Amino acid sequence: MAKKIRILLAKPGLDGHDRGAKVLARCFRDAGFEVIYTGCHNTPEQIVNAAIQEDVDMVGLSCLSGAHTYLYPEVVQQLKDRGVTDIPVVGGGIIPDRDMQPLYDAGLKAIFTPGATLDSIVEWINTNIAAKE
Amino acid sequence: MEELGKRALTGDIRAVSRLIRNIEDQVPNTHEAIKHIFPFTGRAHVVGITGAPGAGKSTLTDQLICSIRAKNKTVGVMAVDPSSPFTGGALLGDRIRMLRHADDPGVFVRSLATRGAMGGLSKAVGDGIHVLDVMGKDVIIVETVGVGQQEVDIINHAHTVLVVLVPGMGDEVQAIKAGLMEVADIFIINKADREGARKLYKETLSMMDMGKFPSGWRPPIVMVESNLEPHSFAKSVDELYEKIQEHYKFLYDNNLLQERAQLKVQTEINDALRSAILEPVLNKLIETGEFDQMVQKLLKKETDPYTLADEVAAKYLIK
Amino acid sequence: MLFTQELLDQSSLLRKKWEDEVKRVVSKNPDQKADWSTVSDLGIKRIYGPEDIGGMDFEKDIAYPGQFPFLRGCQATGYRGKYWTFRMFSGMGTAVTTNERWHYLLNNGQTGLSTAFDFPTLMGYDTDSPKAKGECGKCGVAIDTIEDFFDLTKGIPLGKVSTSMTINPPATILWAMYCATADIQGIPLTQLSGTIQNDMLKEFIAQKTLMCPPEPSVKLISDTIEFGTKYVPKWNTVSISGYHIREAGATAVQELAFTLRDGMEYVEDVIRRKGLPVDSFAPRLSFFFNSHIDFFEEIAKMRAARRIWSRGMRERYGSTDERSWWMRFHTQTAGCSLTAQQPYNNVVRTATEALAAVLGGTASLHTNSLDEVLCLPSDHAVQIALRTQQIIAEETGVCNTIDPLAGSYFVEALTNEMEEQAWDYIHKIDELGGMVAAIEKGFPQLEISDAAYKFQRQIDAAEKIMIGVNKYNVENEEVDIPLVEIDETVEQEQLQRLAAVKRNRDSKRVKECLEDIKKACEKGENVMPYCIEAVKARASVQEICDVYREVYGEYRDPGIY
Repeated sequence: MAKKIRILLAKPGLDGHDRGAKVLARCFRDAGFEVIYTGCHNTPEQIVNAAIQEDVDMVGLSCLSGAHTYLYPEVVQQLKDRGVTDIPVVGGGIIPDRDMQPLYDAGLKAIFTPGATLDSIVEWINTNIAAKE
Repeated sequence: MEELGKRALTGDIRAVSRLIRNIEDQVPNTHEAIKHIFPFTGRAHVVGITGAPGAGKSTLTDQLICSIRAKNKTVGVMAVDPSSPFTGGALLGDRIRMLRHADDPGVFVRSLATRGAMGGLSKAVGDGIHVLDVMGKDVIIVETVGVGQQEVDIINHAHTVLVVLVPGMGDEVQAIKAGLMEVADIFIINKADREGARKLYKETLSMMDMGKFPSGWRPPIVMVESNLEPHSFAKSVDELYEKIQEHYKFLYDNNLLQERAQLKVQTEINDALRSAILEPVLNKLIETGEFDQMVQKLLKKETDPYTLADEVAAKYLIK
Repeated sequence: MLFTQELLDQSSLLRKKWEDEVKRVVSKNPDQKADWSTVSDLGIKRIYGPEDIGGMDFEKDIAYPGQFPFLRGCQATGYRGKYWTFRMFSGMGTAVTTNERWHYLLNNGQTGLSTAFDFPTLMGYDTDSPKAKGECGKCGVAIDTIEDFFDLTKGIPLGKVSTSMTINPPATILWAMYCATADIQGIPLTQLSGTIQNDMLKEFIAQKTLMCPPEPSVKLISDTIEFGTKYVPKWNTVSISGYHIREAGATAVQELAFTLRDGMEYVEDVIRRKGLPVDSFAPRLSFFFNSHIDFFEEIAKMRAARRIWSRGMRERYGSTDERSWWMRFHTQTAGCSLTAQQPYNNVVRTATEALAAVLGGTASLHTNSLDEVLCLPSDHAVQIALRTQQIIAEETGVCNTIDPLAGSYFVEALTNEMEEQAWDYIHKIDELGGMVAAIEKGFPQLEISDAAYKFQRQIDAAEKIMIGVNKYNVENEEVDIPLVEIDETVEQEQLQRLAAVKRNRDSKRVKECLEDIKKACEKGENVMPYCIEAVKARASVQEICDVYREVYGEYRDPGIY
């Protein structure tokens, strides 16, 4: 048995600012995770299909255009619609305080904003995301 | 576990992806699922694609998916990337280039990390092919890591092996010498609009003139334009797919599919024996501390590896 | 030689004494830390002296403003004749809202306009595209057709004010809208001044606002350069941008080198593809840099940029017109240096960065608002940012004299070092076959990605400091600044506007115009005249971009990291 945590990292929407996502991808590799990075300009549907086909343990979303209020809940909802409830979705980016609760209410498991250290994110994953049985 | 196998047979995507995951993770009893699906395998055309990093394998795979889908056939992809030897983590980025197929139910893409396996593949590729096969994919593309030049394991799994060369990488001839020559069913000269493409073509050609082709199939060389010219790129990949189909037909017409299948079966029985016999014995030895004792004995030169092996065989193998 | 041998001898004697004293003190009171370097990790010495710049030649390397190699500025008069253009980047919601913001800024003493478009517009999609869902008006103004453009420019004297448009893949179309609007108002194209960003190379490298592959993307840019050269001579048809390269995590040297090499790529393409002599178009090339938090590094970067460009133009391309040697650039303070924590601190950061840009000799400047890391800026925050520029210009006295830091041992040495490192990169890219080839190989992308990861690790380890992030943090901080929110009704409103335009236009005429653009693309003709006709006929941004995508193919980022 050699379980590995598998993570899908994606940038939904039209925003191409991928500095954060790419830094995280490397960081996750260095933390021993397997990272499937799907790059920029993903639709929620593409992300959901990829998450299912890759059987990941977590989906990480990054969007800096302000469209997170629509896009993040949409990914969670589409996963639910496909009957997937065991793949937690977490989000990052510039998320104003006022958007936090609505995003958690929509089903996001965690939200990381600027200032979260790489180590704190890895620690959160190690604590909260177990590789699938 | 058998249940997972049954669901995979119906094309249930979640079951398929979980099954591949379990194969990768070597979850106990996964073999039960494989046992269940094995009788239904052997239907798909398995295409391997190998070549140096930066040769454009994923981009070619992406376009090849278009060509295959245009013929109304379904596609499964397994794309392998290396695991970091230091952390065990991996960046699996091949999927980015296939993003446009993410919404197509006729396409299933799975990224795999090598997890320490040599030879350019993941240990899960063999059984993974079975799973994609029984879920109903007509063509299965396996993309190798492309780090080393010894990536010849693909020959044990694929009916048709594509070797991708690019002009200006400097190491094409070496790659051929290093053994890719023997595994190639089709050579692709990618980014053929680049300087040096003609030269590479001639080199590959003359290399082949020295080769022998006992099966009667002389690997064609397909020139593929750079993907930066999307229309001519698409056209040349369509032509590539025709060659791939021709090769499959050749194997079929000449009763050679059986020969290829034999290679795969040999590998499988090898792996299965290893996991059924060698691994339990090794685990036992480690568990009981015998392994350590053996190491100490060897260090002190009290015995030699062959005597030790004979002793273990005598103890564990029923003759 | 800048100094006499006598002075150098004297200096080396005194330096030895000073070094001994340093050794003595440090042995008792060690330095606070071992490594002293810029934010880009460029090592800095404890002190600089004559020996650090002794090899410079005054005439060849320094000279005076308006003199080759333009280290000290392109204009002889500096800021005494005219301050830099105060150009605040703005755009949000609908064209009507943005137009209101523009009037507000002009009334507050802003001297040039600058447009931020929303993501669908930037990527060449209309508001009614499924891909645009949730994005309309979010971080810029939504423009679908020329009707929106009329609203955007209402009451703005197009013949007098200079307008910058941050637009890349659909640059031909938005510029065509500007030209068509002026034309309809009876303003001759020769009177129009402004800038379109129109720099695709940095998109492939850094920002990923992508549409077609690199080669046809560069072709479209060459079309605009050619059209501008012939018909809109006061327009800057490309703003070669380092800003986004830096924001993506590049070092200052990488920003400098990749931006200038991008500029050279455009020069080479226009010469090759259009057969225009270099001096016919090069004077209209403009640049756009980031001003980050490391004060002297930024000043040295901007000074080095001017010198590299003038040398490159003269030596590589045989340019003989002085105006081609001038590097004129816009600067924006660094968004990535701002923090969401304790956001009022951002005012200080922006002021420092703006001061560096002014001392570096920028021609125009955008200062970020303190709330930009959280949302679109509020009127009040924008006003503070604009006032920051006005205070630097009119209170601090830094504009009294030109290039006040010239001759500083440190600043000159740093300028030299950055120039040298930039040339190394430029030559490396030459070896790879130019910038398009280098991008295809992932070279600049990987260099930036490495730097970004290293920097993040340094921040996490507190080896580099961001106040409020990894030092002097405030627990459970309450952020009490008002946040601007884009109403979700904007999308509905914009959808209705677009539907109305589509209903009322002559669709047969639109079809003909799009067909003409297609033919022009296929034949390799300049698309600009056809675009102007098409936007006049109310063809939308996406309809024209779809033609580009059809003919040239769609490009997807290979995701090199």
